[in-house]
Amino acid sequence: MPRSNDTKYVVVDNRWIGKNTMMMVVEGPTDEFSAPGQFINIAVPGFTLRRPISVCDIEGDSLTIVYDVVGHGTEALSKMTPGQVLDILPALGNGFDMSKCGERPVLLGGGVGCPPIYSLAKNMIAADILPTVVLGFNSDDRMIMIEQFENLDIPFYVATVDGSYGSKGFVTDVIREENLNPDYFYACGPLPMLRALCNGLDIPGQVSLEARMACGFGVCMCCSLETKNGPKRICKDGPVFEKENLIWK
Amino acid sequence: MEVKEKNIMAPDLSVEVAGVKLKNPVIPASGCFGYGYGMTEYYDIDILGSISFKGTTLHPRFGNPLPRAAECTSGMINSVGLQNPGIDAVIAEELPRMREAFHGPIIANISGFSVDEYRECCRRITGEKQVEIIELNVSCPNVHGGGMSFGTCPASVAEVVKAVKEVSDLPLVVKLSPNVTDIVEIARAAEDAGADGLCLINTLLGMRIDLRTRKPVVANVMGGFSGQAVFPVAVRMVYQVSQACKIPVIGCGGVSTAEDVLEMMMAGAKAVEVGTANLLSPWACRDIIEALPAAMQKYNISSLSELGK
Repeated sequence: MPRSNDTKYVVVDNRWIGKNTMMMVVEGPTDEFSAPGQFINIAVPGFTLRRPISVCDIEGDSLTIVYDVVGHGTEALSKMTPGQVLDILPALGNGFDMSKCGERPVLLGGGVGCPPIYSLAKNMIAADILPTVVLGFNSDDRMIMIEQFENLDIPFYVATVDGSYGSKGFVTDVIREENLNPDYFYACGPLPMLRALCNGLDIPGQVSLEARMACGFGVCMCCSLETKNGPKRICKDGPVFEKENLIWK
Repeated sequence: MEVKEKNIMAPDLSVEVAGVKLKNPVIPASGCFGYGYGMTEYYDIDILGSISFKGTTLHPRFGNPLPRAAECTSGMINSVGLQNPGIDAVIAEELPRMREAFHGPIIANISGFSVDEYRECCRRITGEKQVEIIELNVSCPNVHGGGMSFGTCPASVAEVVKAVKEVSDLPLVVKLSPNVTDIVEIARAAEDAGADGLCLINTLLGMRIDLRTRKPVVANVMGGFSGQAVFPVAVRMVYQVSQACKIPVIGCGGVSTAEDVLEMMMAGAKAVEVGTANLLSPWACRDIIEALPAAMQKYNISSLSELGK
């Protein structure tokens, strides 16, 4: 069955949750989502290209995203108010494959890469999988979603690069210092973090990548990635890729 | 009550380009629809008049480094750089999947870096089922030393057209670059060399700079500017070329609505390619086709083939 072309979503909440970060809740069709880690592509009024943003949470027909305000597009998005309607393409990309999680999965989020990790953690808990979550931020003033993760009631650690909160250092330091001994990892965060994880962790895993996109559904080839299995589209074949298939230059 | 027959008859959307009949004039432009089959997630692509598939070269190409896209007012810049799996993989893997999803005439968009490459690609694609038109991309502005040099020089365009006509009996449409001083001169060179049609325009060479980094937004520095902003440029060039040439013109550039299709056809186009609009809404071509009958009625057009030249 083809996808629904009902792409109208009503903004019900849009507020700052960090120094540079907002959380938006919209209401609309959510039935096409099939896995945590999928993203939506938002048409921001006044802009040509849609803005791809990963999904943080889905409850019924309400969908939560968390985004950094970095450019004109996200700045315009930050000014949307409850009641306004957004044109959103839902359920894009593959999402995380929870079936490969092993016995002791660790979920690693960095900065604004934490929201899809929240969605993954919630889905795992619902599937009777107990993950450990480690989040990393530059400093305590950049932290987001700490309370939401704490409320999941699972093993949870935070690292900050400057040591202003939690462990000083990176998420990899926490894995070692706390003897987490994971046998599988899932990660979303800045590229240097993902590279360090893929090169440094001696276990299989999946990472969620991002790229500047145009369409978000696989036809424009603006977000191509060279992998061990040939060129892949981050928007359509990803954004989640298995560590084994990635080439780090 | 008497019902006038004119009002209950469906308007005639069919058109003909270079001897190929299309059930409607709406064609997703090359590079904006892949090989079509991926779009069946969104709608039945058999409603389309034709599909111009992703620009294909002799050898596989990964294309340019990322980022490849930049936001512009009413448009965008892309610098994909002709990423494609190469002509043999297209024939072996992409075309069969395309034919499962789409049963109408396919336009093979072919690019190359030498006359020999164009000729060899066209030779290999000729005879493939459903491939009824070859569209030569002589205008992609993304590749250094590539298609650009052919499309900006009348003699080079003529040389490529003649070389391809030697190896293929398919109708040959040349897709022209707008990044030239006199598009009519290039169009005439293609026509005189034996081209069966023209498609215009390809993207305009553009550039954006990120104020924070003070660096170009796309990694390749410059890219092809497309989208609604270029529509007036496209209409103007389609008009100029249609006036000057006898061979049919496919209009392309910023088409986003059924009314844009009518305007492009009034400028002289026999059919219309839709590019960037597909990237902004996956249903763009379907919506345009569905809106065409009402738009035709509004402007008292009973048959699209009566428009155009």
